[in-house]
Amino acid sequence: MAKGIKDKVVILGMGCSKFGERWDKEADDLIVEAFEEAIKDAGIEKNQIQAAWFSTAIEEQHVGKSGTPLAMALRLPYIPVTRVENFCASGTEAFRGAVYAVASGACDIALAQGVEKLKDTGYGGLPQRGRGHLNNMFWPNISAPGSFAQLAAAYRAKHNVGAEDLKRAIAHVSVKSHDNGARNAKAHLQNKVSEEQVINAPIIAEPLGLFDCCGVSDGSACAIVTTPEIARSLGKKDLVSVKALQLAVSNGQEASHNSWDGSYFATTRVASKRAYEEAGIRKPREEVSLIEVHDCFSITELVTMEDLHISPEGGAIKDIRDGFYDADGKIPCQIDGGLKCFGHPIGASGLRMLYEMYLQLLGRAGPRQRKDTPRYGLTHNLGGFPQQNVSSVSIVGRYEG
Amino acid sequence: MSGIISIGGYIPRLRLQRKAIAEANAWFNPGLKGQAKAERAICNWDEDAVTMAVEAARDALTGIDRSQIDRVVIASTTLPFQDRQCAPLIAQALHLRNDIATLDLTTSQRAGTTGLMTALQAPTGGLTLVIAAEKRRTKAASPQEMSYGDGAAAMVIGANAPAARLIAAETEAVDFVDHFRGQSRDFDYVWEERWIRDEGYNKIVPPVVARLLKKAGVSGDRIAHFVMPCTLSRVAQGIAKKAGIAEDKVRDNLHAVCGDTGVAHPLVMLAHALEDAKAGDLILVAAFGQGCDALLFEATPALAGMPQRRGIKGSLARRKAEGNYQRFLAFNDNVVLERGMRAEGDKQTPMTTAYRKRDMITSLMGGKCRICGTVQWPKANVCVNPNCNAFHSQDDHPFSDQVGKVMSFTADQLTYCPDPPACYGMVTFEEGGRFMADFTDVDAPDLKVGMRMRMMFRIKEVDAQRGFVKYFWKAAPAA
Repeated sequence: MAKGIKDKVVILGMGCSKFGERWDKEADDLIVEAFEEAIKDAGIEKNQIQAAWFSTAIEEQHVGKSGTPLAMALRLPYIPVTRVENFCASGTEAFRGAVYAVASGACDIALAQGVEKLKDTGYGGLPQRGRGHLNNMFWPNISAPGSFAQLAAAYRAKHNVGAEDLKRAIAHVSVKSHDNGARNAKAHLQNKVSEEQVINAPIIAEPLGLFDCCGVSDGSACAIVTTPEIARSLGKKDLVSVKALQLAVSNGQEASHNSWDGSYFATTRVASKRAYEEAGIRKPREEVSLIEVHDCFSITELVTMEDLHISPEGGAIKDIRDGFYDADGKIPCQIDGGLKCFGHPIGASGLRMLYEMYLQLLGRAGPRQRKDTPRYGLTHNLGGFPQQNVSSVSIVGRYEG
Repeated sequence: MSGIISIGGYIPRLRLQRKAIAEANAWFNPGLKGQAKAERAICNWDEDAVTMAVEAARDALTGIDRSQIDRVVIASTTLPFQDRQCAPLIAQALHLRNDIATLDLTTSQRAGTTGLMTALQAPTGGLTLVIAAEKRRTKAASPQEMSYGDGAAAMVIGANAPAARLIAAETEAVDFVDHFRGQSRDFDYVWEERWIRDEGYNKIVPPVVARLLKKAGVSGDRIAHFVMPCTLSRVAQGIAKKAGIAEDKVRDNLHAVCGDTGVAHPLVMLAHALEDAKAGDLILVAAFGQGCDALLFEATPALAGMPQRRGIKGSLARRKAEGNYQRFLAFNDNVVLERGMRAEGDKQTPMTTAYRKRDMITSLMGGKCRICGTVQWPKANVCVNPNCNAFHSQDDHPFSDQVGKVMSFTADQLTYCPDPPACYGMVTFEEGGRFMADFTDVDAPDLKVGMRMRMMFRIKEVDAQRGFVKYFWKAAPAA
C-alpha cells in the first residue's frame, strides 16, 4: 500500500525571476535569472543535478516543444529533461516529476523549472489559440474570464446570494491581493487598489471586472529537490519537506453529466481531501498556516476557499469579508500577491506558489513574512476551465524528521 | 394530386429600422427618405441562407415523421458555396435519412416556386421537403438595402391528405434581365424600376395567370388569397384586377414587417396565407423572375389539423428592433471593422474530422446509455455517468429539439465575437445531458440561471481565408 510522499523529499533551493512585462528578456534569460538564485540557494554545482522537469503551457508562443529549451538555456550536461504541460497547473507538474524521481531513488538531486513568456502576443490576456480540431468545432470561443465568470452565476443561484454581495466579496479578494503585492518587489503589480476601484472597473466578462482578473506575465521559477539525508549531508539545517502532492483531473463528468451544479471545482474537492490525508492533516482550518491558491480570477479564489474545505460551503463570502484570508488573518491567502499581483507566467506559477511557501517556512519572506512561522503551507494550482480542469494541491512544511 | 402537407417559416429576429438606413445615408442619397418607413428583417451575424433554411424546415417538420422525407430541395440565390451542395448539409442538420434525393435550386428568383412545382408534379410517392431561403447582400444606400429582407419558408410536399391541394400550375420562361448578379459578384445590378414594372411584371405575369385560371377552370373572383411577391407599388393590385381577382384578396407583401426575401418570398407569403386560409379557400401564387411561375392551391380541411408551429406569424412576432445601421453593415461585411488581433486565428476546418464527426457536430446527435439510461452529449465510448461508466453502451439520441436550461452563463467582452459581448454558458437538458454552448439571439442583460433555451443551427465561424463557413448549434431563448 502506498504511503505517500510525506517527508521523503526536501527542497534544497529555490529561485524565482521578477515577474511582469519583461519586454527586454527572452524565455532563456528568465530561466537563467531564476536558476541562478536557486543554485546559489542550494549551494551545489549545476552538474550535480541529475534530471530535470520543465513546464511550459503555451510553448508555441515562445520556446517551442520538448525539454530542449531548458537544457539549452542552462547547458545541462545531457541529463534527462522532460517537458510537462497540464494547462495552468504545469508548474506543479514539473515539481511532482522532480519530487517523485528523487523519492523513487532514481536520482539524488532533481530540478523542476517552469517558464512562460506571454508578452509577445501583441495584446493583453492569454493568447487566442485553438483547442484541438474537434473542440474547435463545438466549444464556444471561450476566454478564461468568460469561463470562470460562470462560477459566479452558478454560485449566486445555488447559495441565493445577491449579485452585489458576491461582487463586493470578490472585490475584497482583489484588494487584499493588491495590498500583498505591494510588499513584493518581484511582483508584476505592486499597487494598492480600493474596493470601489475594483467594483467600478470595466467589465471583462460579466460579472468579472478588470481587477477581478489576473493578467499574464513573463517569468520563471524553479526548485531543486533532494532527499533529507542528502540535504543534511550538504550542511542544510532548516529544511522544507514535501508533505503531499495530489492532482485530480476532470473526466468529463462536470462537462457532460448533470451531477455538477457549476458553482465549485469538483477536482479541487477531491485533490485537497487526498492531500490532507497524505499530509496527515485532519482539520485544515486549524492546521494549515498559509495558502497560495490559483486566483486566476477573484471568483476562483472565493469558491476555492470552500473546495479546500477551509471555509464551509456557502461560507466563503463571510470569511473573506471578515478578513480571515488577509495577510494578518487566520490563514493568509496569496500573501505574495498571488496570480493576481505576483503575476501569472503559466508554466512557472505552480513553482512560484511553492517559492513563497518555502520563503515563509524559512522566515525569509522579508516585509511580508508572517510573524508566527508557518507550519504547513498549501498550494493550489489549477488549470483549464471550471467544467474541465486539472487541479493540483500540494502541501509543504518544515521538516521535523 | 399532390399538395402541401405541412408549412413552416423563419424570419430572423432582428428588424433593421429603415429610418436608420435613410438617416445614415441621407448625405449621399437623400431620396432614401421616401422609403424610410417600417422595418426589414436582417440576419444576425451567425445566420445565412443555410441556417434559416434549417429553421424553416424544422418548423415545417413539426408533427412529421422525419424518416418519411425522401427528397430535400433548397432554393436560394445566396447559398454559401458555389460548389458544395447545401441540401445534404441541411439534411444532416435535420438528421434525415441518407438515402434521399437532394437538389440545390439557384440562379433565379423563381427558384422557390420552381422547387415547389417540381415536387408537386413529381410522379413518385413519398415526401419532399422544399425549402427556400435568401440573404442578399446589398450596397449601402441602394434601394435594395431598403426593400430586401432576409427569411425562409419550407413546405413538405406529398400526396397523402395535403393541407393545400395543388389544382394547377403554369410556367413561362423569358430572358428578361431586370437584375443580375455576376459570377463572384457580391451585389445585384438592377435596371430601372419603371421598365421592370411596365415590360416585366405587367406584360409577363398576366398571361400566365390567365392560362392558369383557364386550365383550372376557375374564375378570378373565386381566388381568396392572391400571393404575388412584388414590392413595386400597386403592381400586384393591377395584375389581380386584370385577372378578375378582388383587390382585397391581394396578400400583404410583408414589406412593412420583413421586406422582400427574394427566392423565399413566394413561399414566405404562401405560408403566411395558409396561416389565414380556411378549408375551401383558393390560393394563387404568382412568382416573377425571368418569366413567371403560377400555382393554384385549394386549402383542405386538413389545414386546420396541422399541429401548432411558429410559422411566419410566430417568426414575425419574435422580433427585436435594430436601430444600429453600422452593426448591420458589419454583420454583412460591408465595412472594414478593426476586429482586433484575437480575430486573426486560423480557422481552417479539417474535413476529415468534420466528416467523421458529422452526426455530433451537424446533427447534434448525442447518446443514450443502454445500461443506465443516461442521456449525454457528446456520445462517447464510455458512459459519463460515474455510477455506470459502461463501455460502448450508447445508442444515438438527438439533442437538437430538446429544450434546455441555463446552468451558468457569462457575457464575455474579451474574447472575439462579431457581436460582443459573447454570451455563452452551460445548458442542461430536460432529458439529461449538457454542454457549454454559445448563446444567440439573446441580450446579455436578460441572461439568467434557469432560462429556457432551444437549440438553433447557426454559423460557428467563417473561415474567410478559405471561403468556408462552419456551422454548429447554439442556444437561444425558447419562446
